[in-house]
Amino acid sequence: MKRFLIIFFFLISINLIHPFSFAAEKAAKPMSPGWSFKGFFGTFDRASLQRGYQVYTEVCASCHSMKHLSYRNLSQPGGPEFSEDQVKIIASQFEVRDGPNDDGEMFDRPGRPSDNFVSPYANDKEATAANGGAYPPDMSVLVKARMGGADYIYSLLLGYEEPPEGISLDDGVYYNKYMAGNKIKMSNPLSEGIVEYADGTKATEEQMAKDVTTFLSWTAEPHLEERHKIGFRAIVYLIIITILVYFSMKKIWSRVESEI
Amino acid sequence: MSNHEYTPSSKFGKWFNDRLPLLTLGKHLTDYPTPKNLNYWWTFGGILTFCLITQIVTGLILAMHYVAHADLAFGSVEHIMRNVNYGWLIRYTHANGASMFFLAVYIHIFRSLYYGSYKSPREIIWILGMIIYILMMAAAFMGYVLPWGQMSFWGATVITNLFSAIPLIGESIVTWLWGGYSVDNPTLTRFFSLHYLIPFLILGLVVLHIWALHVPGNNNPIGIDLKKPSKDTVPFHPYIVIKDLFALLIFLIIFAFFVFYSPNILGHADNYIEANPMVTPAHIVPEWYLLPFYAILRSVPDKLLGVIAMFGALFILVILPWLDTSRTRSAIFRPLYKQFYWFLVADVLILGYVGAMPAEGIYLLVARVATAYYFAHFLIILPVLSRKEKVLDVPLSITEPVLGGSVSASALRQKKDKL
Repeated sequence: MKRFLIIFFFLISINLIHPFSFAAEKAAKPMSPGWSFKGFFGTFDRASLQRGYQVYTEVCASCHSMKHLSYRNLSQPGGPEFSEDQVKIIASQFEVRDGPNDDGEMFDRPGRPSDNFVSPYANDKEATAANGGAYPPDMSVLVKARMGGADYIYSLLLGYEEPPEGISLDDGVYYNKYMAGNKIKMSNPLSEGIVEYADGTKATEEQMAKDVTTFLSWTAEPHLEERHKIGFRAIVYLIIITILVYFSMKKIWSRVESEI
Repeated sequence: MSNHEYTPSSKFGKWFNDRLPLLTLGKHLTDYPTPKNLNYWWTFGGILTFCLITQIVTGLILAMHYVAHADLAFGSVEHIMRNVNYGWLIRYTHANGASMFFLAVYIHIFRSLYYGSYKSPREIIWILGMIIYILMMAAAFMGYVLPWGQMSFWGATVITNLFSAIPLIGESIVTWLWGGYSVDNPTLTRFFSLHYLIPFLILGLVVLHIWALHVPGNNNPIGIDLKKPSKDTVPFHPYIVIKDLFALLIFLIIFAFFVFYSPNILGHADNYIEANPMVTPAHIVPEWYLLPFYAILRSVPDKLLGVIAMFGALFILVILPWLDTSRTRSAIFRPLYKQFYWFLVADVLILGYVGAMPAEGIYLLVARVATAYYFAHFLIILPVLSRKEKVLDVPLSITEPVLGGSVSASALRQKKDKL
């Protein structure tokens, strides 16, 4: 039995680990700056989420859409938790195409908190054409859509390097040591001071990469904090009831001459 | 079902029971004599029933919010995750529930293999179980297609394309399955429809599975026929009910860890990328529970033979009661069979591992050896063992080995201690 369990867990564990070895093909192992949202009690760093939103909206959003989010999400508990008034102001800065109105015409109006994030391009084809034939992926669930998750996104943002000798890059292709195949069509998006943080934090590349990755982790998993909280309670509850049931079982089975 | 008399105490109860003997059924279920030496490997039947009901209930709620349309499916899943109250909990329970269901079913099947539960007079239970297992795989596969991510789309493409290996009519069958010339909206809608249907077929088969079980009664770790009821048995309620509940709670704790703390670890990251027929993922891998069969499929160089091998690997399990004809059920008394049993367990796990790897180089070689061994186990080793193996003495009753002092009895005690 023991032997079986050892073999079983060994094989299960290699099965679980293997996907990362795929992602590592010709790519460096992602770094981790340490995330506040990992672990049993992990929560998002509110200030980091707000800064991350700023990086997203000022840098990433010029190419990357975020179509599964609404502006109202920004004020929901467990997120960046901007105030509702702030969200109204944020939303109103975007132009939303609405309609048709009573005259049958489409019209533009300022955004409302209930609107979905406005995409930078009208459609995927336009996005692809405007970016040298590479579609900038929608960022709503990007962290969950990449092996290595937040670590990978963070590393990729900081992984731009001069190509090593012998590797020639076409126009519009950049060298990134964390990208599978090392070639990426996105130019290095971050440079020191490209955003000016409202809270006065120094906008180093590492800081911006960490903030925007935290923000993207939240957009991919907006109920993470609630999930961690409920999960902890559920498991404590289950453990208590399991102990109670165990002793009832012992009591009931004590009438029978048998092991359980 | 055993034909014991039961007279309800109340007048209405008697009136009702004479017309529809539900109370007799209830009495039968609570009194059902169960071997008292069942170990925890026997609790997975109850766990599986729980899994099925969980999948049906969570699935029912998901279906209220999900939109089965190629353009909308991915977004509707995100809508469930973001906007539906506790939608994330329901979806993660459903998605991880499938994995937990398979984990439990594999333990259940391998328990049956170890203790010879498929042998006479339980062949029908075994065959019903195998049909349930095959339907589970179909349901899980179609369910994985519904979120319409990259792995959904390409997994569906690869698996449905298997049917094109059938000579002459293969291509037409694939077109018919797809409802078009590629995996597209008609494929998605029919998969949704079937995904909704299959769990209820499984539910019906589970009823038959349990019914068939209640005719001969449970097998047990020492694999002997019991007189029922006797001092070797206990009534199902409360003894087995409370034990099953305890095991279920342990199982739920593990389940909860997956749902709340690593809900995506068993899935593939690519499935959070919306399906795109123009972009093929670097590696198309099915869900973990299908990997051994995927490995068998890919280990055969010819497409048609590969498909035959894959389905053969399942079919061979159906006819198992006639391949292993040894009259001794439990591996406890079959020293050689026990060794080969563990080889088979390792073989299937290795197949699972290479199934997740690219089919090239050393992985392909390992997959081929493991596939050959899988078939050899059932077609050569088991029939030979059935005839040649020297089995140990089997005790006459469950209480005997405890009271008596034979060699096998002490071996049995050790075994039970370990379990």
